[in-house]
Amino acid sequence: MSVTERTDVLVIGSGFGGAIPAYHLAAGGAEVVILERGPHLTAPDFTHDLRLGSYTRIVDLVQGDGITVVAGNCVGGSSVVYFAASLRAPSFVFDRRGSLGHRLWPSTLTRAALDPWYDRVEEALPVAQQSWDQVPYPGGLFAAACARAGRTCNPAPVAVDLARCTNCNWMLNGCHFDAKRSMLLNYLPAATAHGAEIRPLHEAQTIAPATTPGYRYRVSYTQLDAGDYRLPVGVGAIEAKTVVLAAGALATPVLLQRSAPLLGGVPQAVGRYFSGNGDRVSIADVDEGKVRDLLGLERAPGIPYQGFPIGKPIGSMSYDRLDPATAEFTRFSLQQIYFPGITDLLAQATDTPATSWFGVRKKEMRARWPSWLSVLAMTEDDNEGVFGPPPPTGSSTRVATSLCLSTLSYRPTANTLRGWAAADAEARAVLERDGLARVRPWSENAAGSVSAHPLASCRMGDDPATSALDERGELRGHPGLFVTDGSAVPTSLCVNPSLTIAALAERACPGIVESTAEAGVRARYGAPAPR
Amino acid sequence: MLSEPPARPTRRRLLVGLTAAVAALRAGELTAEAAPSARSVPESVPVDRAGLQPASLALPDPTTATLEAFADTMVPGEKRYGGDVVIAGAAPGPGAVQAGAVELLNLPELGIGVLLPELALLVNTRALAYAATHGRILLPTQPPFVALRFTDRTALAGELLTPGAPDRQLYVLLALFAAAAFDTAAHLHTAVAIRQRHPGLAWIGFPAPGADGLWRFPDYSYGRRLASEHPLTTRGGHPA
Ligand SMILES: Cc1cc2nc3c(=O)[nH]c(=O)nc-3n(C[C@H](O)[C@H](O)[C@H](O)COP(=O)(O)OP(=O)(O)OC[C@H]3O[C@@H](n4cnc5c(N)ncnc54)[C@H](O)[C@@H]3O)c2cc1C
Repeated sequence: MSVTERTDVLVIGSGFGGAIPAYHLAAGGAEVVILERGPHLTAPDFTHDLRLGSYTRIVDLVQGDGITVVAGNCVGGSSVVYFAASLRAPSFVFDRRGSLGHRLWPSTLTRAALDPWYDRVEEALPVAQQSWDQVPYPGGLFAAACARAGRTCNPAPVAVDLARCTNCNWMLNGCHFDAKRSMLLNYLPAATAHGAEIRPLHEAQTIAPATTPGYRYRVSYTQLDAGDYRLPVGVGAIEAKTVVLAAGALATPVLLQRSAPLLGGVPQAVGRYFSGNGDRVSIADVDEGKVRDLLGLERAPGIPYQGFPIGKPIGSMSYDRLDPATAEFTRFSLQQIYFPGITDLLAQATDTPATSWFGVRKKEMRARWPSWLSVLAMTEDDNEGVFGPPPPTGSSTRVATSLCLSTLSYRPTANTLRGWAAADAEARAVLERDGLARVRPWSENAAGSVSAHPLASCRMGDDPATSALDERGELRGHPGLFVTDGSAVPTSLCVNPSLTIAALAERACPGIVESTAEAGVRARYGAPAPR
Repeated sequence: MLSEPPARPTRRRLLVGLTAAVAALRAGELTAEAAPSARSVPESVPVDRAGLQPASLALPDPTTATLEAFADTMVPGEKRYGGDVVIAGAAPGPGAVQAGAVELLNLPELGIGVLLPELALLVNTRALAYAATHGRILLPTQPPFVALRFTDRTALAGELLTPGAPDRQLYVLLALFAAAAFDTAAHLHTAVAIRQRHPGLAWIGFPAPGADGLWRFPDYSYGRRLASEHPLTTRGGHPA
């Protein structure tokens, strides 16, 4: 048996939700240990390679029932593999009522209340505003199509050092050029500079009450084999005065479910109300001649577009359907996006769902791959995802390096389906106008709906029956146990979630420091944005 | 539903075995040289224009033939030689088979070689049932799935892959490996695959890397404003 270690603060997970509190607590004088399930890789390790065994070391494909979720598995979490679109949530999102019919966000949380925290995060990353001549071809094409259809379109704000970016389009593999502002470049190095210790390949398994006087929780973990994450190579336990749980929206609720008997129960909202952020991807099969004739675009002599694989994955987006005056479940943003070839499987070439995504017509469509354009709608879903009983270890059953089976089930309600139908109609109105393209959503036959934005599975709110966390991000009934990752976000956001997750984590920090001080640690809040 | 004799691996074991195989593909373990590349270069595939089947290209073993036919249903290609019955020849150009779908399934590093006969058997069991219910007479010299015409292979695959269908996850994985071989050359380093003119990457027009094996696009933007921004955009470019 290993000796139980002790620390002031234990952070579980090193994505946005973990890195930010780790920095503020370490900078404020607390002793901080971060447990991270995945490996610690850096820019030289991030290769341009689609071979299995390359990006699959740091990206997980988590298959549930009716939904498949993509998430990071490494130090820095999903921030390492994400596409860096950094958006503030529109004001109306904070007033959402969902099908429960009451406000889902804490009453203290509005866009105005969160703006100062967004400011801090934008300063730390920092977030850059692309100028039009920094928007890659696909984003330009989408913008031109929006304009021709009488819509507006914005360059997407991105957490990218635009001067370093080579527009290589390999963001899923991690950024080889250190241009993408992941947690590896800001909060995490700043936290370790203040003494925080990161332990990669350490998977937290349970949270229980501590036995040492003065300590509140005891977290047990498994050490994982670097070559095969399914193999445990050691076990241990750490006691802490404060625990910050930030294992991501797919893992945080599962850890709490497993810990429930040890903790004397957890709020019933744990593992319920999961949202996939209403993600809905469509592939447009673009007619090059129409790009020239209708939009007047030509990127090289005789080549109107053929730019699908070129650029940053996210270039532009439309805010037109983020109108607060319209009904809930009909609002969404529409964003140009690029996913690597492993998702080509999902593109539909015909209108016959059973066979639309393979066969002869699909192969013909593949020959036009450089002329594809894909768009992501982020809609208002109904928080209908539910987790089943937890697996014996971890948050899902890892059957391979990057393939996991989750107990999450997601059955879209009529409300969610209404939002997707509205988004599909808008994508067609913009991109099918005068035959510019043929647009079809990704097939749901292979993987169910697909989300890269898991949220809300352990959410904050004012109503104890439907939210697991109070408005400070503390788990109800468990002082000193905070949740600061995507699972805390109450609803889908109608935009990419990372900036909101990060802002909520920043906002939670003063309370976490205060709680830690109450537990006898000489910690102070007030560190500036990391440099 | 057709049941299987107890001596065979359970379907759950098949699924776990198949997916677990991906775990074997760890960074550094698979060298480009170790991966078979003969089929990666379409030009090197012998084609018998006279329609006679060369002895060396006799019908492969039933498992390989079945997995090839399934992969060919996902991403169809042209026949490798006259009299190729495995590839249906439903589409011009190389398909998933030429792209290495079966090489990917058979990689020793993947470790699912022993499970492939059972997978093929499952596919063939369903093919027999399909033939029976649709009044198709199958040539007994070929595995049942291979003996089906392309339209029937397609219809059956559609059934196997439909949400809620029995063992669907297994067939989805076969579909995924076929597509991954074609769209991403998942058994090869991408830069190497491009150099070898991998037929799938060539078909989709995947761009080539620079001399250092990295991708960069210095020309990437139309370079001008192509729409007006939303009037309520806030400082920093966010929605209001
Ligand atoms: C491909 C992709 C593209 C994306 N693009 C964008 C985008 O452009 N813009 C945007 O805003 N968002 C994007 N996202 C979403 C965004 O990255 C996530 O919403 C965000 O990073 C989530 O942060 P988090 O802290 O909640 O969780 P994560 O960043 O996922 O962090 C959780 C961490 O906890 C670790 N962990 C899990 N279980 C355990 C355990 N038991 N013990 C220890 N550690 C554990 C995980 O390995 C992980 O590192 C994208 C996501 C993906 C996958």
